[in-house]
Amino acid sequence: MLDLINVSYDTQIPNNVGLSEDKKVLKALEKWHPGYINWWNDLIPQNFQESMVYLRTAVSVDPKGWAKFDYVKMPEYRWGVLLAPAVEDRKIPMGEHLGEKAWQEVPGEYRNMLKRLIVIQGDTEPGSVEQQRFLGLTAPSLYDMRNLFQVNVEEGRHLWAMVYLLQKYFGRDGREEANDLLVRSSGSEDAPRMLGAFNEETPDWLSFFMFTYFTDRDGKMQLESLAQSGFDPLSRTCRFMLTEEAHHMFVGETGVGRTIQATIEAMNANGITDPYDINKIRDLGVIDLPTIQKKLNLHYTLSLDLFGQEVSTNAANAFNSGIKGRYMEQRIDDDHKLNDATYPVTSIKDGKILTEDVPALTAINMRLRDDYVRDAAGGVGRWNKLIAKSGVEFELKLPHEGFHRQIGVFSTVAIDPDGNILSAEDWQKRQGEWLPTKADGDFIQSLMVPCFEPGKYASWIAAPKVGIDNKPGDYEYVKLHMA
Amino acid sequence: MTTPVKQHLIDPEICIRCYTCEMTCPIGAIEHDDNNVVVNADVCNFCMDCIPVCPTGSIDEWRVVETPYTLEEQYEFDELPEQAEIEAAPAGGDEGEADPIAALLAEAHKGAGGKARAPLTAAKPAVNMYTLGKPAKMKVQGNYRLTDDPSHDVRHIILDPGALPFPVLEGQSVGIIPPGQDAEGKAHLPRLYSVSSPRDGERPGYHNISLTVKREDGGLASNYLCDLEQGSEVEVTGPFGSTFLMPNDPNARLLLICTGTGSAPMRAFTMQRQRGGATGGMTMFFGARTPESLPYFGPLKKIPEKILRQHLVFSRLPDADKEYVQDRIVSEQDEVAEMLGDDRTHIYICGLRGMEEGVELAMTSIAESIGQQWTALRDVMRDEGRYHVETY
Repeated sequence: MLDLINVSYDTQIPNNVGLSEDKKVLKALEKWHPGYINWWNDLIPQNFQESMVYLRTAVSVDPKGWAKFDYVKMPEYRWGVLLAPAVEDRKIPMGEHLGEKAWQEVPGEYRNMLKRLIVIQGDTEPGSVEQQRFLGLTAPSLYDMRNLFQVNVEEGRHLWAMVYLLQKYFGRDGREEANDLLVRSSGSEDAPRMLGAFNEETPDWLSFFMFTYFTDRDGKMQLESLAQSGFDPLSRTCRFMLTEEAHHMFVGETGVGRTIQATIEAMNANGITDPYDINKIRDLGVIDLPTIQKKLNLHYTLSLDLFGQEVSTNAANAFNSGIKGRYMEQRIDDDHKLNDATYPVTSIKDGKILTEDVPALTAINMRLRDDYVRDAAGGVGRWNKLIAKSGVEFELKLPHEGFHRQIGVFSTVAIDPDGNILSAEDWQKRQGEWLPTKADGDFIQSLMVPCFEPGKYASWIAAPKVGIDNKPGDYEYVKLHMA
Repeated sequence: MTTPVKQHLIDPEICIRCYTCEMTCPIGAIEHDDNNVVVNADVCNFCMDCIPVCPTGSIDEWRVVETPYTLEEQYEFDELPEQAEIEAAPAGGDEGEADPIAALLAEAHKGAGGKARAPLTAAKPAVNMYTLGKPAKMKVQGNYRLTDDPSHDVRHIILDPGALPFPVLEGQSVGIIPPGQDAEGKAHLPRLYSVSSPRDGERPGYHNISLTVKREDGGLASNYLCDLEQGSEVEVTGPFGSTFLMPNDPNARLLLICTGTGSAPMRAFTMQRQRGGATGGMTMFFGARTPESLPYFGPLKKIPEKILRQHLVFSRLPDADKEYVQDRIVSEQDEVAEMLGDDRTHIYICGLRGMEEGVELAMTSIAESIGQQWTALRDVMRDEGRYHVETY
């Protein structure tokens, strides 16, 4: 019998989907594999490829087996195809097919819609690795370097997961799409990644932490809603990816938290109470809280754009046809069809921001974005607790949803972080108060000096409270290869 | 008075509220509100499924309490409460009487002179995945005789867990359940054997395991194992053991002291270090009666000195004086002393209990020669996970 829990190593590609008995797909994936390895090898600086990194690898998809830690060289990481265990007799949880048996094959009428969703999701995974490719060089500690590489190899595995679905269920055009995923590249002029946030630079480690906190959280919300899909292989893929995605959230939340911690510790140690005494604080080799707020503003708003138009017929169709659900669909107490329901959506009429009720089906994106905002607010609250505990008077805030937006109803107007509409002129004048300026970027860049001694951290970031896999403080998470 | 109980809690200062534990818990013992993620003490059965899936380490928190914290109390936590002083600690928390395998291992590790600890850089072992009630069924892939001495039958037995996950680290043991029943009509208890293959398998990537077994006169399990034919099925429990493990640090230096089948974990260490490209080097003192009765005599000869310096010591050579491992350790004392002085050195002693005393004496005199008191040095090394004894 096919073993669907444990990872099989009888092919080049570890998997729990019976690849060795699925010759056609195996062959397609083996053909794709060298291109992937080339992509990986060209990406990350060579001495890191040769280094031994203390990484987590899944040996099975049940709780006991998916977090095995050991030293591994990144190119030898066992990227595999792992699906969460099938739920027996699973039913489609929403839309017009509600209660019907979940599909094990792609339903013909939804083929294109499904393929597009999978390609978009797949495109983000290598995109972020490309954005983060040079960060290893300025890692503030071996601990952080290890976390970066863990995020990178798992994004790589998520690409594998999407490519498997394309190769297995979408025939020739699936194979072409899989190849194109390796052709597009973040920030490229000719063939950029599909979504804006994945073509932005990740120039420094604070950006990386903000990215993993805010942008990967969009990924988490998307995966959550795809995990509801009536197309069962997609649902199972996304469910397993979510367990890995949680690590990325962790890196982001603790990374920003530790940055704040270093700042408030330095302020207290030097008797600085005014968080706006920026130059004095910067002289201590830490990042002042107002600049952290600016970085937050930037990454949060880029991430809000990833949710698309507030009112969207595509999103309505995806929900109605049972392809993509809502966050925690099974916990929502309604009819899961939304034919008559409404949902409040913000819009702009006559120069004023207001809310109006629209058909809930068309507001699926808006609802997911609202869920995202709530989820993202949690960590901000915990950062504020750190600050409050230190006695420094400062509070980080999520800016108004209309601030600095390129997509959706707010893309045509300028709005300040408190939600006031501004003239284009005022926006030009004042945006430097709210978004990182070049000078802010240069200052942060000046702090990005590598710190590769086990147990030591760069000046601008505090040590973590708990080691990875419970390892002690001076654990050598990366054994650097010195060429 | 109520008996104190162990309660599972989550550290709210470290938790990031990803709810992975909640989604993983098979019995719905974990829930959350807008503030915290909490564990229902009435429901949690300590199955530990939530521990490895947590990305933060906040989940591995335990308090001994007279009355468990309610969900409402946990939702109000800003930080974890301190462990209260509780007079009568609950029984059976440690390596203990209740678990016969743990008791066996504790007995085997006794020679280290205190509580054994794993090396700091050891990989995290999986333990107790398969039990007497739910053993792993493995297929015998091979059973080879390792010795030429007719009165000394040592076997290399390869077992294949097939599709079952059986993650095992070098130095860990497995339990073998001999078939049949004892005089009281009960199933036999498992016998422990050290695994002699490295973590990714006797053959790399195959995840099969090998055992090194000496046939004992009248030994139930050893005769059963030594007589196994290829293709037959064996019931295996484990893996067991979480301290007698090798460091993953490639620069660590290993001093291996063994006799007879005590070479099993040493073989696993050596293969893993060779496969992993370790650079720290290893020195081995390996005692047997004669070359004919020394397991792996042939393969050992092929390992280059740079990877493994070998001192093969024989006590029954026809035209030589009896020599035991401790004798050779003393005659090579410069090398041993140099290793004792290096804090990258990890010592492993495995074999018959009788060797312990001689080795202790040899170490005492060598430590003295570098101005150290052996028991003090040993205790430091043991606390740092660098001194390991497994004898039987």
